[in-house]
Amino acid sequence: MTNPIKDIEESDVILITGSNTTENHPVLSSYVKRAVSFKDAKLIVADPRKIPITRLATVWLRQHLGTDVLWINGMMHVIIKEELYDEEYVKSRTIGLDELKKAVENYTPEYVEEISGIPKEQLIEAARLYANAPAASILYAMGITQHITGTDNVKSLANLSMLCGNVGIPGGGVNPLRGQNNVQGACDMGGLPNVYTGYQQTGDLAVRTRMEKAWGVERLPENPGLTVTEMMEEGHEGRFKALYIIGENPMLSDPNLNHAKQTFEKLDFLVVQDIFLTETAKIADVVLPSASFAEKEGTFTNTERKVQRVRKAVAPPGEAREDWEIICDLADRMGYSMNFKNAQTIMEEIAQVTPSYCGINYSRLQEDGIHWPCTGTDHPGTPCLHMDQFTCGLGVFHAIDYIPPSELPDDEYPLYLTTGRILFQYHTGTMTMKSEGLNELAPECFVEVSSLDAEEYKIEEGDLLKVISRRGEIEAKAKISEKAVKGTIFLPFHYAEAAANKLTIGALDPVAKIPEYKVCAVRLEKR
Amino acid sequence: MNSENIITINGQPFPFTPGETILQVAQRNGVLIPTLCHLKGARPTGTCGICLVEVEGEKDLVESCAFPAEPGLAVDTDSSQVVQERRTILELLMVSGEHNCLFQDVGDDSWADFQTKATDLEEHQDICPAYGVCGLQALAIQYGAEIDPSQLRSAQYPVETVNPFIVRDFSRCILCGRCIKACNEIQVNNVIDFDSEDSPTKVVTDGDRALKDSDCVFCGECVQACPVGALVPKQDILDGHLPAEAKMIRTTCSYCGVGCQLYLHVRDNKVIKVTGDEETGPNYGSLCVKGRFGYDFINDPERLKTPLIRENGSFREASWDEALKLVGEKLALIKKDSGPDSIGVLTSARITNEENYVAQKFTRAVIGTNNIDHCARL
Repeated sequence: MTNPIKDIEESDVILITGSNTTENHPVLSSYVKRAVSFKDAKLIVADPRKIPITRLATVWLRQHLGTDVLWINGMMHVIIKEELYDEEYVKSRTIGLDELKKAVENYTPEYVEEISGIPKEQLIEAARLYANAPAASILYAMGITQHITGTDNVKSLANLSMLCGNVGIPGGGVNPLRGQNNVQGACDMGGLPNVYTGYQQTGDLAVRTRMEKAWGVERLPENPGLTVTEMMEEGHEGRFKALYIIGENPMLSDPNLNHAKQTFEKLDFLVVQDIFLTETAKIADVVLPSASFAEKEGTFTNTERKVQRVRKAVAPPGEAREDWEIICDLADRMGYSMNFKNAQTIMEEIAQVTPSYCGINYSRLQEDGIHWPCTGTDHPGTPCLHMDQFTCGLGVFHAIDYIPPSELPDDEYPLYLTTGRILFQYHTGTMTMKSEGLNELAPECFVEVSSLDAEEYKIEEGDLLKVISRRGEIEAKAKISEKAVKGTIFLPFHYAEAAANKLTIGALDPVAKIPEYKVCAVRLEKR
Repeated sequence: MNSENIITINGQPFPFTPGETILQVAQRNGVLIPTLCHLKGARPTGTCGICLVEVEGEKDLVESCAFPAEPGLAVDTDSSQVVQERRTILELLMVSGEHNCLFQDVGDDSWADFQTKATDLEEHQDICPAYGVCGLQALAIQYGAEIDPSQLRSAQYPVETVNPFIVRDFSRCILCGRCIKACNEIQVNNVIDFDSEDSPTKVVTDGDRALKDSDCVFCGECVQACPVGALVPKQDILDGHLPAEAKMIRTTCSYCGVGCQLYLHVRDNKVIKVTGDEETGPNYGSLCVKGRFGYDFINDPERLKTPLIRENGSFREASWDEALKLVGEKLALIKKDSGPDSIGVLTSARITNEENYVAQKFTRAVIGTNNIDHCARL
């Protein structure tokens, strides 16, 4: 997030898209609900599903799946045509307006309506509402990123926010809501194929030399490595031999699971380090038991870039060990000694090699967390990014054109499928499905269908349905719901016995390599 | 600071911001004014009356949660009149419902009996599950509330237990309204309200249905807000132990990316309850159903306890030494035969920063490849 969570209550207008906020980020959604209920903020929601937060929306745009660039460009078209944008801000802080103007010229409300299904009046209303707000915040999640145009979608939102002068002000910003406790931290720490900690490029000679010196190794690899999705592809072709997987369950979370399974079977060696014998651990060669969050010291970095302490409350079960201990032990055996005494000493090294974390240490985190960048031990941290200028100087507008999803419904597979989470379960259920209570509230997979589709396919509530895509099929009971729109069904992806990802498509965003989980084509059969 | 915007509390001057109440100024400056109904972040209700204080020039005692701070105001939070009035209110509250805790025979030596008795009960007819952490009990003891045992009331309502997480017992409710504020003004779920605006007898959902049949999302904000034993985590009762016995460790939630600050309540090396940390953001005490109630996995019997090695198609238990030796040798061999880029590491969005750092350092410095990624994309 460019802005801290508490800023949401400072916003005059909040635009939520691709985020079922109340179910997936419940506590953060309460900020939105308070802003709208008690502080006169106006809410715009753009989502094909009638998710609970739409109840509070002043404008709800119900776009067809995968048409986000269209309506965002459409909003900018209206804002530019009606001269509602922040001229002063655009002039002093950005470049590329002319290119943007040209790019959105053809995205008239009529054209947007034709393809996205959003009535033009609603698009115009949303555009005016957003542009006229002194401070407008954008919140988005995987509904924006999990498309072959995920990068385009995010850039489009950034365009919109900059156009109206909303980046770098309290109550504004472009705010991705991260879905896992430490997905921000895993990125910050260089758990990515092209960067070390703090997004320092592996291809940058000066950076690499500094890391080589800090780590005492002669030569670090230069070329960017493979992303998880590329590893799976390489593995499938037999060019990849071994995977070491920590705390992740791709046998349920990867797209096109049958394909993923074949990949794992082709590997020479698979190590899985986890707290449970997950679907992925079950097919490993070696399984290493690790400690849960309650059994370790350390830090997580949340979605607002706030580094917060994790503290040990109980001892791990049996011989389970903390993940860092296991890896350090292994490194030792492979001839490289890391010599860390505890998590605190690791953070000391992180601070030494990471400019954006260099002011962070455990004594400062005692009472409260710190937002990075934190560039010195006397630096207070940075809750809001890009305040006076963009980190990279001027903000650049990107001219972006609409590209349709990789797979569209046809005669054979006439329905759209979109996937996501539900309130009472979490990701692949490794943790939540151990709770009797949560299982009681959300016991099994379901196929969310609209009443119109139910009528057309003669489906009754609770009917056992077969959902079939080009890649696989699953069975689950029908849930006729007002959340669903005609022509689109929804499946939660938590459940192994009806794994939605057997159906999803492995088509990737060309830059971010994110699979298009949110759109594919399926057909329904009654059992 | 405007020099006129100062009030004195118990003789000490404190600056205030216009719009603040006496209670807010006092709380901000660490002056304790007791209250049972005030909920931080919500509008005052003034239902309990405990926060009464004496204000110079006012004929009657005033409710500090609603009385605005004004320049020159002189406040006494503990005058004998205040103390007497609070005691009277507490005595009335104690006989308003099933609040018999002060009459339980719980001397130090019978502590074990007391626990046994609590454990035996399927539902808490006698022992209140809030014993030791109850706001009303604490104040009744502090102010020496005197209650005639013959006036004590027994249960007036059946206990609602028909949901997995929250037990509702209106016989122990003092109608302070904190749960309503928590639901409607903090989480804004708008699920519960008083049954009547003028003379409430009960907190109800729409149509007075059970929580499980209402729009309740089981965030448990109401449970955390309840100052007495009317709303309790079901696990507290099943557990049969008193909440006050647990050790509390502050940490960060391990579910979504919001990073709520919470307390793990621990007894016998087991997490038995989770509550939100009310002092720190981003959540200031709020949690969701998973963060508050979804902690069973920590102590689940299926947790992995030893390394496993696949042999002839099935797993066998192994020592760390054996498992890590195998992994090290195998990775070294593949590296030698097929090159470091034929190996990949998937680190995790679930482990700590420190562990992610070590994982990428291992991948780059030991394996010698940049093939490291995690599930940010999935």
